[in-house]
Amino acid sequence: MLSKLQNTLNSLSSKKSLKYTLYISAIIIFFALILVPPIIGIVIKAPAMQSFLKQPVLVNSALGAISNSFIIALIVAALDLIAGVPLAWLITRGKSRWLSVLDTFADIPFVVPTAALGYSILLFWSSSGGISTLFGSSLISPGWLLVMLLHFTFSFPVVVRVVVGAMLDYKMEYERASRTLGAPPLTASRTVTFPIIKPSLIAAFSLAFARSLSETGATFIVAGLVFQNGPVFIQNLSNGLKAGTISQATYEGGTVFASLILIVVSLIIFGLIRVLGQKLTLPFGKGLPSFEKKLSYKKAAWSRNSIALFVFIVIVLIPSLFVALPAFQAIATGSTLAQALMGQGIWSSFWQSLFLSYSLAAIVTVLGILTGIPMAILISRKTFGKLPSTILDLLINVPLIVPSIALGVSLKFFWQGIPGIPEFLLLVFAHLAITYPYFVRSMSAAMERINVDMEEASRTLGARPFTVFKTIVLPITKYSILSGAIIVFTRSVSETGATLAVTSNLVTAPVLLVKWVNSVRGIVAPIAGVNALTVGLACGFLILFSFIILLVLRLLTRKGKI
Amino acid sequence: MPDVRVVNVTKKYGKLYALDNVSITIHDQEYFSLLGPSGCGKTTLLRLIAGLIEPDSGEIYIGDRRVDKVPPEDRDIGFVFQTFALFPHMTAWSNVIYGPKVKNYDAKQAETIGHEVLELVKLNERLNAYPSELSGGMMQRIAVARALAAGAKTLLLDEPLGQLDAKVRNEIRYEIRRMAKDLKLTAIHVTHDQAEAMSISDRIAVMKKGKIVQIGTSQELYMHPNSLFVAHFIGESNFLEGYVTKANGESEIELRQGLVVKAFNQMNIKPGERVVLAIRPETCEMKKGHVASENCLFGRVEKSTFEGIVVRYEVRLENGDRFVINRPSLTEEWSKIGEDVTITYPLDKAHLFPYPESGLAEEIKV
Ligand SMILES: Nc1ncnc2c1ncn2[C@@H]1O[C@H](COP(=O)(O)OP(=O)(O)OP(=O)(O)O)[C@@H](O)[C@H]1O
Ligand SMILES: [Mg+2]
Repeated sequence: MLSKLQNTLNSLSSKKSLKYTLYISAIIIFFALILVPPIIGIVIKAPAMQSFLKQPVLVNSALGAISNSFIIALIVAALDLIAGVPLAWLITRGKSRWLSVLDTFADIPFVVPTAALGYSILLFWSSSGGISTLFGSSLISPGWLLVMLLHFTFSFPVVVRVVVGAMLDYKMEYERASRTLGAPPLTASRTVTFPIIKPSLIAAFSLAFARSLSETGATFIVAGLVFQNGPVFIQNLSNGLKAGTISQATYEGGTVFASLILIVVSLIIFGLIRVLGQKLTLPFGKGLPSFEKKLSYKKAAWSRNSIALFVFIVIVLIPSLFVALPAFQAIATGSTLAQALMGQGIWSSFWQSLFLSYSLAAIVTVLGILTGIPMAILISRKTFGKLPSTILDLLINVPLIVPSIALGVSLKFFWQGIPGIPEFLLLVFAHLAITYPYFVRSMSAAMERINVDMEEASRTLGARPFTVFKTIVLPITKYSILSGAIIVFTRSVSETGATLAVTSNLVTAPVLLVKWVNSVRGIVAPIAGVNALTVGLACGFLILFSFIILLVLRLLTRKGKI
Repeated sequence: MPDVRVVNVTKKYGKLYALDNVSITIHDQEYFSLLGPSGCGKTTLLRLIAGLIEPDSGEIYIGDRRVDKVPPEDRDIGFVFQTFALFPHMTAWSNVIYGPKVKNYDAKQAETIGHEVLELVKLNERLNAYPSELSGGMMQRIAVARALAAGAKTLLLDEPLGQLDAKVRNEIRYEIRRMAKDLKLTAIHVTHDQAEAMSISDRIAVMKKGKIVQIGTSQELYMHPNSLFVAHFIGESNFLEGYVTKANGESEIELRQGLVVKAFNQMNIKPGERVVLAIRPETCEMKKGHVASENCLFGRVEKSTFEGIVVRYEVRLENGDRFVINRPSLTEEWSKIGEDVTITYPLDKAHLFPYPESGLAEEIKV
């Protein structure tokens, strides 16, 4: 049965017309589902900018906020790379069996729903209950520093994921060759390993950068009233509209203005990264090898690993998990746990939402892989020529750059215009749009590193394109595919902003958690039965289940069963 | 001076002994080959010498220095990888001068060295091409040039010719040997091709299942194999099973169906013991008809194959054993299928071995 299917796929895959049909449908899907919905609302409302532009004070504050966005995104993405690469190194090169677990831990900040994550970071760094208890006063108060910490935290997993995938797919022989030629380990990495996995390093940087640019919900929580970046500016406009302090036209104009500038400038930056990134080579650094030699050996490696672990645990892991801390209290007291496990009261809706979230994430992941792979091939293999592939490569970033609040509004606008679509499908489309770029980015970077030779070799041995893909491309890039799938899955499980915008009846886990968090923070009317304990336990469950799913997935691939 | 000494080295992967208590000394400026079937541990041994993997136990010396705790970059070795491992992001030229550069030579020096080694490998074109744009032969030369440019006195080559076609392979193998000799290098060359090993090596170590079976020059291995495995792996042998019936001086062996032949019994195998007599196809004479003489076997031709220089006959002996024999194709009249023949073999070139405990087929399995 399976082999029959394979035969059919095989004979179909060598038909030119079919191949192009596949590619073209990938492009159509991309435009119709991924690219257009997130920006249509913005583009259509562009004329609303006129009235906004007449208010110089607001325009200035928008421009200031947007430059904050770019400054923070650039710094954060760079810091993420600096901290994430050593951790990825440790995960892939270390010998301990526990590294798979560490690897999975690195995904956690991505699993925590963004709003809960913001709350968690706030609790940890600046509330009296967090790390500040050690210092007597609030260690870091809301503002730009806290925003940077938050962004560092939530974009860190992307970098680790993409770089780990790249390092696992990397052929160690190159590094060994470099060592036998006299290069100490650090020199070998700098002159051979990093240049070879450069496409993935660039992809990691771009993804972290984009993620930092667009995140709204969590940023708003930790920004306080003292700091604005682009998305927070839009959120403030939206709040102002609700409070009646600004007009509908100003709100729309401001949202469109900020979003458009963010999109256009980041596309330019991405274009530059892509063009310059290919030319960028690290200087050989005469004299550096002997310096690196001193650094390379055991002690240096030990301290590098320790610092990487320390940064990860103290700045990324604990602050993200902090919100779930009351879970232990809940387990200790027992009654909340018992209620939760039996699905009593508020908990029945929790379990439903959890089930919805995981089913949704699974579907989105499968669809993302199916639609993403042809696109990754198009981009990395330049099937339709260099320019089209560059343009596609730039465009897939768009859903990442649009501030998530604007994205939500835009998606809603687009999909509500099409009547009769079930809400679940709306959710699938929305999540697909948001997660798609992650998969394609990490996959196309991986494919760029595959020697076309190998594919050609396999073709000449009589393999049809589908077999080539299955026997050559898939095994060589399987870790990158896994990495991409994990990002899609976790991002879908935690997505809040856009989900809120497109749904009215369906409640995913993050949406439910945001309601609960808001109730605990006193922002909305209190929900009966919801307190810090239940929020902690709920976050705890979400994190635990995601952790288990990811760990199992990872162990399965490690054993080479995929 | 870089003698390379490996002393009691063991390397395990899980339960598998990739190397089992191996000791070997390779002399300064020797061209040495590690030869053996796939999976016998050749690459493992070479990588241990290079420092790419660490031994579980044992010692490794290069020159007077014990190196088994020394990282590869400090062992002063050059390594040519089976897949070449040319850096894909660098041009051929940058690959070649990578070694001098990481060793902090100044640009001029690096350039001089680069040109010198490229001269040696006779390559002076397409230096600005990337590895993916080069032919297999060019990649091979660049890989060797790169290893030489690092200035090492010990050159380790892991099946450096494996990826080349037969013709190019035959040319390049002599060139590599010549270069190693000119530069006075100690070279260790891994291969599973016995013709390659025999044609270029000063000495060869034959390996099997993580152990070294025999070390010697090509002639020694060919003329005096110390085991059935070597007799089978180096060149080719006919194996006739039997029992020793008389054991002083020229022993007598009773083959299957009571056929009695003579053999030198260098190992002093006692009467009654089960043995295998190994005779190389090219050492025998063959006459038409059944003509009795010393050390002769009667048989009938079942198959003949023209192989260029020789004709290869498969003969069914009168006791039912199969026997292969090669005869010159140009200087002799060919025998036909179905013809009766008499085979004579020289006593001093037939080797007698005890029957292996694990069985003959298992012993010579590669
Ligand atoms: N990293 C590894 N992990 C586990 N087993 C290994 C590893 N490297 C080698 N082995 C095993 O050790 C044994 C020796 O391998 P080695 O590569 O040295 O063989 P080889 O003689 O070079 O073979 P070939 O001619 O096929 O290259 C083999 O059985 C191989 O499967
Ligand atoms: Mg090998």
